Amino acid sequence: MKPLNISGSPHVHSDESTRRIMWRVNLALVPMLLVALAFFGLNALLISLVSVLCCCFFQWAIEKWILKVPSTVSDGSAVVTGLLLAFNVPATADMIWLVAIGALVAIGIGKMSFGGLGRNPFNPALVGRVFMLISFPVQMTTWPKPAAWFPVSTDTVSGATPLGLIKEQLSTGRTLGDVLHDPSLGLPSLSDIILGHMGGSLGEISAVAILIGAIYLLCRRIISWHIPVSFIATAFLLSGVLHLCNPDRFLDPVTTILTGGIMLGAFFMATDMVTSPMSRGGQLLFGFGCGLLTIIIRNWGAYPEGVSFAILLMNAVTPLINRGFHPRRFAV
Amino acid sequence: MKTFSMGGVHPEENKISTSAVIESMPLPDQVVVLMNQHLGAPATPVVAKGDQVKAGQLIGEAQTFMCANVHSPVSGTVLKVDTCKDAFGLAKPAVYIQVQGDEWVDTVDRTPDIKRQCDLSPAEIVDKLKAMGVVGLGGATFPAHIKYAVPPGKKAEYLIINAVECEPYLTSDHRVMLEHAEEICIGVSILRKALGVPVAHIGIENNKPEPIAVMTAMARQFEGIHVEPLRVKYPQGAEKQLINAITGRKVPSGKLPIDVGCVVSNVGTAFAVYEAIQKNKPLVENILTVTGKTLPVQHNYQVRIGISYNDIIRHALGALPETAGKIISGGPMMGKAVCNLDAPTVKGASSLLVMDEAESRRQPETACIRCGKCVSACPMGLEPYLFSALVRNGRFEDAQRRNILDCIECGCCFFSCPACKPLTDEIRLGKNKVRALMAKKK
Repeated sequence: MKPLNISGSPHVHSDESTRRIMWRVNLALVPMLLVALAFFGLNALLISLVSVLCCCFFQWAIEKWILKVPSTVSDGSAVVTGLLLAFNVPATADMIWLVAIGALVAIGIGKMSFGGLGRNPFNPALVGRVFMLISFPVQMTTWPKPAAWFPVSTDTVSGATPLGLIKEQLSTGRTLGDVLHDPSLGLPSLSDIILGHMGGSLGEISAVAILIGAIYLLCRRIISWHIPVSFIATAFLLSGVLHLCNPDRFLDPVTTILTGGIMLGAFFMATDMVTSPMSRGGQLLFGFGCGLLTIIIRNWGAYPEGVSFAILLMNAVTPLINRGFHPRRFAV
Repeated sequence: MKTFSMGGVHPEENKISTSAVIESMPLPDQVVVLMNQHLGAPATPVVAKGDQVKAGQLIGEAQTFMCANVHSPVSGTVLKVDTCKDAFGLAKPAVYIQVQGDEWVDTVDRTPDIKRQCDLSPAEIVDKLKAMGVVGLGGATFPAHIKYAVPPGKKAEYLIINAVECEPYLTSDHRVMLEHAEEICIGVSILRKALGVPVAHIGIENNKPEPIAVMTAMARQFEGIHVEPLRVKYPQGAEKQLINAITGRKVPSGKLPIDVGCVVSNVGTAFAVYEAIQKNKPLVENILTVTGKTLPVQHNYQVRIGISYNDIIRHALGALPETAGKIISGGPMMGKAVCNLDAPTVKGASSLLVMDEAESRRQPETACIRCGKCVSACPMGLEPYLFSALVRNGRFEDAQRRNILDCIECGCCFFSCPACKPLTDEIRLGKNKVRALMAKKK
């Protein structure tokens, strides 16, 4: 008789796998991609494709020629990074080739230099994005105005994001009420903001699409509510207090959380398993830090948007948070 | 519906042998009775080569505190007193017996009559449990006479009967409840009397509606027996989790159930208690499930201890299927993989689970993505991913500080890990190292 297999218990395993988690995250990103196609057309598709293909290629190449380990591209994590990177850039024609550089930084420096999936301290897509923002400030802040539905032409009219416009106008000494009621600026209405019919990065514009994907991830228990809720609630409350103190200077909380990258960041980037805390308490603190830093950077920093920096800074303190927060034990 | 407070998983139940009526396993030519079939020191053999023994006769005597008597499961001649490798390859003292007929010692009541009345005092009950070699049949084989002799200064408030059977595949408790509900209730009443507690709670998971109905109906005929249906969640059958589910109390780290006023026994133990106390029958039989997804037939057997795994396989299946890859004694979550099929079964062996070659192999391990699923699955509120890193780096003192010894080895962490990291193996290793370090310090 052939020898029996032996191993320690347990002898069964759930059907959970890294691969399944990553492909489910990709599935959750599809609604945002569709909205981007609807408002930015072909550019959005090309940027996403280039970004995903480059991320996969760089990971494959680094694993094959530098690390000399079996390829892990099929686990889908490089696709997640590629999509998130594409979602964080403006949908302009320049980006179609620039995003390839971002992909190299995201995968090469952000992920593989630390040893690959699971070992990177920072969210790779955000590393790529921030590199591009600092290296190509003009291209990264030239935003196409979302045209009518499904524009085929790549010659989009450029405009700023609502946050960028407001920050620029405020710096000229105007009051916020004045700016918001100036029809010449073409600021989006609340319904436009909710649907995503406004300027902004490729995947961040539609709160509805983001929420659809987020609900799917919550139901699949790939993310928990702790980070997004504390992130968004902190941003909402802080901006609310600031708005109440000085409505001429600070944006109202609803517009604050629905414009810019807060929704995308809170549900899809701050929740990255690898770079966020493990315990529920730690996750609440992490989300709070993200919200606080975002509001500080938006209102007092040089950039109109601060989500990327906020999340990266909180990524850096994640090991410290993990040290301080442990789950409640069964009985102490 | 009640359940325990934190963590837990829900593995595929696979209770495919629930409808197989308990059959009696015929006797082989030879049995081997191990002298330690219980937690603690081995019993001392009191027979020698050439002795004639009857079924139910004492052949191993408990001479130390943490020990239990061992009786002959068959009648026949003692071939030798030697050692024998158990199912996991460890040599243990054993008595080999050539089977001749099936003659029992005279005191054992072999009639099918059910005897309800028990006039023994609590102390007499405990003494008789000791004499009959009764041990817990839920897995740990803790000697019953020690558990039911509550130490001075402690007081039992709850008697909890574990009929959860939360492990996938296992159906021995399920069948015993359907076929021996009255005996179980008598056994529970006896244990209740031994402890002097007003009510005994029988916890049964809600995926067993038939046993719940049968036991609830039977419990009505008895005083102070309450059947408590529980929400299905693994590891509800773990002692600390079951106490928490039923009473809301939590056994603190390093303490025993009695420290929070609880005593827990398996439902199979209650049946063994009935037979020992009312029928004078020592513990020489188990109810054992023979099951597996790819087996053509599923069985539940009443098996004398000492019959080898090979004998059981021969009788139940003819031979092992070609595709068999792993044999597990116990359930797939906490059971142990058998490496020696010549080994005899022992008290508390509840199943022989045959796994296919394909399902018996683990998926390759990939990198930890820090998803935290092991943390949310842990019913003890521990951090398996952290133990894995600490153990791999030899930082056992840090692991001890993070309460690695609280781990109950339920396997929820490995079960839920998307990277298939051998978390439970690493924690088991870490616990052993920590215990060794602690012993050294003393």
